[in-house]
Amino acid sequence: MVTGLHAELDPQRREVAEAVDQICAAFDDGYWSACDREHRFPWEFYDAMASAGWVGVVIPEEYGGGGGGITDAAVVLNRVAASGAAMNGSSALHLTMFGLNPVVRFGNERLRNSFLPRAATGELHVAFGVTEPDAGTDTSRIATRAFDDGHGGFVVHGRKIWTTKALESEVVLLLVRTDDDPADRFGGLTLLLADLDPAHVDIRPIPKAGRNAVASCEVAYDGLPVQGWRMVGRRGEAFRHLLHGLNPERILLAAMSCGIGEVAIDRAVAYARDREVFDRPIGANQSISHPLARAHMDLTGARSVMWRAAAAYDRDEDCAELANTAKHLAADAAFAAADTAVQTLGGMGYATEYHVERYWREARLQRLAPVSQEMTCNFIAQNVLGLPRSY
Amino acid sequence: MSVAHTGGACAVCYRAVARDRIPSMNVVVCVKQIPDPADPGSLDPQTKTLKRDGKLILDESDSYGVEMALQLVDTAGGGEVTLVSMAPNNEVSGLRTALAMGAAKAVLVSDDALAGTDALGTAKVLAKAIERAGDADLILAATESSDGYTGTVPEQIAELLNLPSVTFAKEIAIDGSTAKIQRQTEAGYDDVESPLPALVSVTAGVVEPRYPSFKGIMAAKSKPVDEVTLGDLGIDAGSVGWAGGGQEIVEVTAAEEREAGTIVEDDGEGFNKIVDYLAELKVI
Repeated sequence: MVTGLHAELDPQRREVAEAVDQICAAFDDGYWSACDREHRFPWEFYDAMASAGWVGVVIPEEYGGGGGGITDAAVVLNRVAASGAAMNGSSALHLTMFGLNPVVRFGNERLRNSFLPRAATGELHVAFGVTEPDAGTDTSRIATRAFDDGHGGFVVHGRKIWTTKALESEVVLLLVRTDDDPADRFGGLTLLLADLDPAHVDIRPIPKAGRNAVASCEVAYDGLPVQGWRMVGRRGEAFRHLLHGLNPERILLAAMSCGIGEVAIDRAVAYARDREVFDRPIGANQSISHPLARAHMDLTGARSVMWRAAAAYDRDEDCAELANTAKHLAADAAFAAADTAVQTLGGMGYATEYHVERYWREARLQRLAPVSQEMTCNFIAQNVLGLPRSY
Repeated sequence: MSVAHTGGACAVCYRAVARDRIPSMNVVVCVKQIPDPADPGSLDPQTKTLKRDGKLILDESDSYGVEMALQLVDTAGGGEVTLVSMAPNNEVSGLRTALAMGAAKAVLVSDDALAGTDALGTAKVLAKAIERAGDADLILAATESSDGYTGTVPEQIAELLNLPSVTFAKEIAIDGSTAKIQRQTEAGYDDVESPLPALVSVTAGVVEPRYPSFKGIMAAKSKPVDEVTLGDLGIDAGSVGWAGGGQEIVEVTAAEEREAGTIVEDDGEGFNKIVDYLAELKVI
């Protein structure tokens, strides 16, 4: 019988899920625990996924990619996370899937030809540089500035924070201010696919609670030259272009969150079946079984919205409500699932040896990033329910 | 029943000769689709055979032959890999996996009359399916399946097709119309040469089967699977299945429980006892 996520997929995507499961099976919890402990990028895993073509799954076929959609990427990243790799595995790959999406959609031909074929093979690593220390969630306050260099190009000065994979990446999709537009809060912003050139870029990893195999960094740009053809789409229209990165990001993070929740519940259920206290398995107690059942149901619900959001994006429909909803539901469901797993394992849940504490640390992140739960509520309240803006 | 592989008119031999001029290698791989070993299987109490009514997957032991075939075609610079399989209910899940790995097409024999077919009956059906698959320079099979373990089907197919048979290959290289094969033995390996076409069984674990890729999975959807019945192959239903079987399963009993292991007390020389024991098992 086909159960769980596989039952939600059409036969072809089930094959996709099984193929990814097969690769992930070679990288067990011990591998991920070691990568996390040693703050080591999972190169062996990344190479295995890249060589089978999974990193380039959404890059168009004409550039050597798989030509898949965000739904396919969601299947891949969910299975990676659900293997026990959690965020350490899925966020080693996901930037090529959503971070480059604005380049796929709006990049000029030279830009696409120069970077997409190498992204498709997994050779090119890309970072996503949007968030700033002083702007945070308020993207309209972006202060990283690209000045015209007088030759059609730019010189970038500024500072970004939480740039994932900056250490491994050759290029960054960088949100910069090129112009001031008093009439439009989001006007004057431009996207560049810039080199992370060490001569002009200083990258510092931020010590953090979890997902330590993949660093998030503070990145300072000091006079970074960027040629004009490296501009993605149109000058001043970055915010519109960026939605093709941000909405897929929310959807894929929802898929990954669900994966973390699923593996946490799997481990907890296995433990609850085996662990005997007072002469019976602890799973026979409803105080153990009901929270696990609730977590399972919540994950199923979050996934169903996530699939709808992904399908809407792939059909080129407005998916903002669904993408934010999926992210919100999945983040809460995944954290509740991981927390329930820790509770089920008791003291052992807090021990690194049983891995659920790692899932728990990583699931916590989804409630903060890529957008906080509070901001998804603001979006829905304002844009879907039509309530007055509160900030 | 045999492939005529003598004389210039034979398509098989023609290809073998033509390969010197046109670099090409057509390999047929016999693959079995079996119940997922991860799910506990069960026996049909009536027939005393393994239930096969659920989803079937590619037998892992066949993935090595598929990989080896794909590598041989790559090395030759042309040609294709064709799968042949016999399975109930027109099951194609396992074939899709091998098609996603890179095989070009498949012949699937599915017929209700095949239920209960023994090893020789299977060989008869696969031999006909191989003929239907077209020109083959080489036919590969696993040494044995992971659910039946008879280990006899490849050699029976070779006999039925009047082809040379080489077993337990760990490495195959093609030199003109000759296959140079390293044949695994208990002590090491034998170097064997065989004229092509030939039927070679491949030892499990000798190559690293590639993972199906996204593009492979997408492409597999449109690859042809020739689904045929016994009638299409000209096989009399009475010669296979329960009716044609030369064997009957009269009784099935539970496997004996394993005996307790041997405990070696280490008196400082314990390692010698372990070495002797492993040598006795021929592990070392």
